[in-house]
This record gives sequence, structure tokens and C-alpha cells, in this order.
Amino acid sequence: MADDLMKLYQDVVLAHNRQPHNFVEVDPATHRGHGYNPLCGDRIELTLDVRNGVIAAIGFQGESCAIATASASLLTTTLEGRSVDDALAVMDAFNRTLDGDETAVVPETLQPLLAVRAFPSRLKCAGLPWASLSAALADDDAAASTEQGQGT
Amino acid sequence: MSNVDPVVNGDSGLDVDAIRAQFPILHQAINGKPLVYLDNGATAQKPQAVIDAVSDCYSSYYANIHRGVHDLSQRSTTAFEAVRGTVQRFLNAPSEDEVVFTRGTTEGINLVANSFVRPKLRAGDEILVTAMEHHSNIVPWQLLCDATGAKLVVVPFSDAGELDLADVAERLTERTKFVSIIHVSNALGTINPVEEIIRLAHERDVPVLLDGAQSAPHMPVDVQALGCDFFVFSGHKTYGPSGVGVLWGRYSLLEAMPPWHGGGDMIKTVSFERSEFAEPPQRFEAGTPNIAGVIGMGAGLEWLMALGLDKVAAHEADLLAYAHDRVGAMEGVRIIGTAQRKAGALSFVMDEAHPHDIGTILDNDGVAIRSGHHCAQPVMQRYGIPATARASFGVYNTRDDVDRLVASIDKVRRLFA
Ligand SMILES: Cc1ncc(COP(=O)(O)O)c(C=O)c1O
Repeated sequence: MADDLMKLYQDVVLAHNRQPHNFVEVDPATHRGHGYNPLCGDRIELTLDVRNGVIAAIGFQGESCAIATASASLLTTTLEGRSVDDALAVMDAFNRTLDGDETAVVPETLQPLLAVRAFPSRLKCAGLPWASLSAALADDDAAASTEQGQGT
Repeated sequence: MSNVDPVVNGDSGLDVDAIRAQFPILHQAINGKPLVYLDNGATAQKPQAVIDAVSDCYSSYYANIHRGVHDLSQRSTTAFEAVRGTVQRFLNAPSEDEVVFTRGTTEGINLVANSFVRPKLRAGDEILVTAMEHHSNIVPWQLLCDATGAKLVVVPFSDAGELDLADVAERLTERTKFVSIIHVSNALGTINPVEEIIRLAHERDVPVLLDGAQSAPHMPVDVQALGCDFFVFSGHKTYGPSGVGVLWGRYSLLEAMPPWHGGGDMIKTVSFERSEFAEPPQRFEAGTPNIAGVIGMGAGLEWLMALGLDKVAAHEADLLAYAHDRVGAMEGVRIIGTAQRKAGALSFVMDEAHPHDIGTILDNDGVAIRSGHHCAQPVMQRYGIPATARASFGVYNTRDDVDRLVASIDKVRRLFA
């Protein structure tokens, strides 16, 4: 268990928490998604600039724990430059892996986040920025609205 | 039985080792470390006396109450009804007929909101609460205000987490129809000056409800000395089962209140033309209640009274003061809620680590605390923080527990430094 804890808070995660990458609001943005965890109050907003089906720029803002922050930071570095279709496939694989599916293939860059599987109470934290992404990519018009029906 | 160690236990006179021995759940390892349970604000663990009372009920005399002439039904009814007397003593209430069994604090507040306040409320009237209420003392009033056009007026609190009586007085007007306030804050630990607030409200003939969820477990409560009109608390925080609680109300007020829920047990006679309602407290107890739960709650209250609530208060005050000193001295840690008079809870935030990360790391050391908004989001908004980590104390906690808490917080600091 102590080992699990050290894996959860491994250096990569702590570094991304301390100095998150792409901690900016992309402006102008073509897509926006707001993720909110009503249980703890954490919120992450993703902004994307999608051109010709490719994520040209992606950033996040918000207030969250180390796991959610690192997950958001790694999400942006992993997905920047990828096509939207590709991003959706990565999201699906990541979510399925957190759900316990051993067969899903997750990019190497996201591996440090998978230690969260030993901490069921924290799965939602790792998943929060991905919920924001899902909202952002779901529908161009509705994307700016809240993700889980929670006020901002 | 070990002797009371004045260093470990303060001067309360409680034998905390003997108390701990009565809680089977405390004697286990979590993640390989002895459990330190510091989430008593959320719910308290159960002594053997409570476990036995519930188990006894089911294994030797359980049946539905108020309904049978058979032996088991009579024994269940007697045991169930005896708890009213226990609660009467626990609250120093004038009469046991003023003791209404509920599902807990939340239901008690909703009952008073709907049965006592709602019929009196007109558009433009005001309900007074504080900015440190638990959601259960906010949302029922908002629902009522939405339905009636009344307005919820909120008394602010200071950076330390204290109310200013002048702010209360200023907001009590001829439009104020009801005051509903938290006795002890679950998020901040503040003991509010409720006697003075009640006096101010009564000067204007405004009745007052006290949310006693966090006072009842930690200090002697005397509803006559407090002067309140309603007092609500939850059995699960006073070392009893969850899903049961108490609404105490002045008989004259209860008597004038219509029922809230309709059903069996709350009527004298029913016909399709008209039903005649039972007297309080039965009028407010429709349907089959949590029989064993109420009996277990009674056992928890008897157990607390046998310890002595003043001793419990003294022991926990010592722990809280010790925890304040030790946690407050840590670099990078800020205590949220520094009122002069506190009970039960120590909330804190850290410069580098989010409360959820603190909670996970402490849990790894076997230290159970709560992280989150503690159902008091307006309190978090007041401080501009999303959440706090909260250690909350019970009668079985010790200074050793505080030391374990501090050591684990220190580990968080090192990890996130
Ligand atoms: C101050 C306060 N009020 C109300 C409640 C709600 O109690 P229950 O959930 O038992 O109804 C709590 C419990 O968390 C509380 O701490």
C-alpha cells in the first residue's frame, strides 16, 4: 500500500501538479468543456482550438487536487497536435482502463496516472479533466455549458 | 482498567483506555497501521452497549410497536417509548411528550420548516440563518422561500469563524418569522453564542431552532437553559445508529402544528370524511419507525450520560486545544476556523497539497479524516477555498491520535514540498 501511494504520487505526477503544462485559457477557442466534481468542488475547464479536425492548441484552468491537475496537464501534452478522432480514442481507452479494462491501450505518456486504480476513491479525480474533454468535444454549441448539470 | 494519565487525557477524569476498549471497530489496522479515527463530525463509531442494544432488540423482543397486544409488541413498545425519557434527560426537556423521533437532523429541520413555519409564511417574510449552516439548514428554507415568496437572510461571520451579535440584531426585523441556526459548526468547530441570539430573537417574538447535530455529541445540552424553541440532532453522531434522530419542540408549539407526513400511527381515527390526528409526539411519527434504531440511539445517549457530558466536553476540549497548538505550529498549514469557543472539529488547508491529496496520504497512515466541503459550501466560498481537510474528535480519541495526525501531515508536507 505504501508502494501504491508512492506510485500514485510519483515524481511525474508531482511535477505536473507543481508546474502544470498548458495551464492557460486558449483564446480564441473553438471548443470549451467544463468538468465539475460536486463531491469535492474541484473544477477543470478545458479550452481547445481545433483546426481542420486537429487540436492545434489545448489548455486548462481550474482548481483541483494533485491527481486531477496532473491528469489535466498530461491530457493536454498528450493530445496537442492529435486529430479529434484520435483524441476521442485516447479518451475512451483511458476511461476504459480506469474502469478496469485491462485490454485498452493507453499512450505511454498517460501511464503515470494509472496508479490511481489502487485508490477507488480517487478515480473520479483522474477522470475529471477527461469529463471536461468529453463535454468540449460533444457538441460545439453546447460545449460551453456545464458538464454535469452543476452551476459554475 | 488503566489509570487516567493526566498528560494523555487532560484533566477530564475519563478513563479513555477503558472507553476505547468498548469500541470493537477501533481495534484494527488500516493499511497496516492502527486506525486513528478522526472523522467523528461525519459520524461516530458505536460502543458495545449500542451494538448490544440493537442486537438484543432483534434477537429477543422485536415486533412492531403500538399495534399488538402480544408480548413482543408490548416489550418493543416499552423499550421504544422509554427512549423518550432518555432524550428528555439528555436535553433536560420539560416533558417526554416533546420528543419526536425522526430520521435525523435533516428530517427534523424539514419537519419544522413544513409544519411549523410554512403555514405562517407570506411573501416578503424572512427566515434568518447564518453563513456557516450545513446544507440541511439551508436547502429546506430555500425550498420554502421558493414556494412562498419569503426571503432567506444570512448572518455573515468573521475570518476567525465567529458571528457578531450586532449583525444578528441588525437582520432581525418585523419581517423575520423564524431563526434557524447551527449550534456548533461542523466545518469550523465554532460554538455559536446561541443564548444571546435566542434572546435577541425572542425580544421580537421570533421562534428559534437550533441545529444541534454537532453540539449534542460534545457538550451538555439543556434546552431550557438555552431557551430555544426547537432543537434537532442525529443519533449517529451521538454514538448511536444512523437514520434516527430527534426533534425536540416546546409542547405548545408542537400542539398547534399540523402533521407533516400522513399515515398510520399518527391518527386517532380515520374515516373518508375526516381524520383526527393524534397528539404530539405521535402526530409527527407516521408509519413504522426505525424501532431498533431508536432503541440503539437511546443506548448511545445513556452511555454518553453515564460518562458525563461535562467530562466528555473537557476531554475533547483538551484534545482540540492540543491539536490546534500542534497543527497550528506547522509551516505551510493554515487552520480554517479560529474562533475563541470551539468544539469537535479542526479544519485546515495546506499551501501545496489539496485536501483530497491530504486525505489519501493520511489514510495510507491509518488516519481517517474528511476532506471536502463538509456540506457547507457557503463556508468554503467565504474563505475562497474549494475544500478543507478536517480532523474531528470523539470521546475515544487521545493525544496520541493527534500526534499520529501531525506526523502524517508532516509526511504530506515533505512529499509536496
Ligand atoms: C451541523 C450539521 N447539521 C446537520 C447535519 C445533517 O445530519 P444528518 O445527515 O444526520 O441528517 C450534519 C451532519 O453532517 C451536521 O454536521
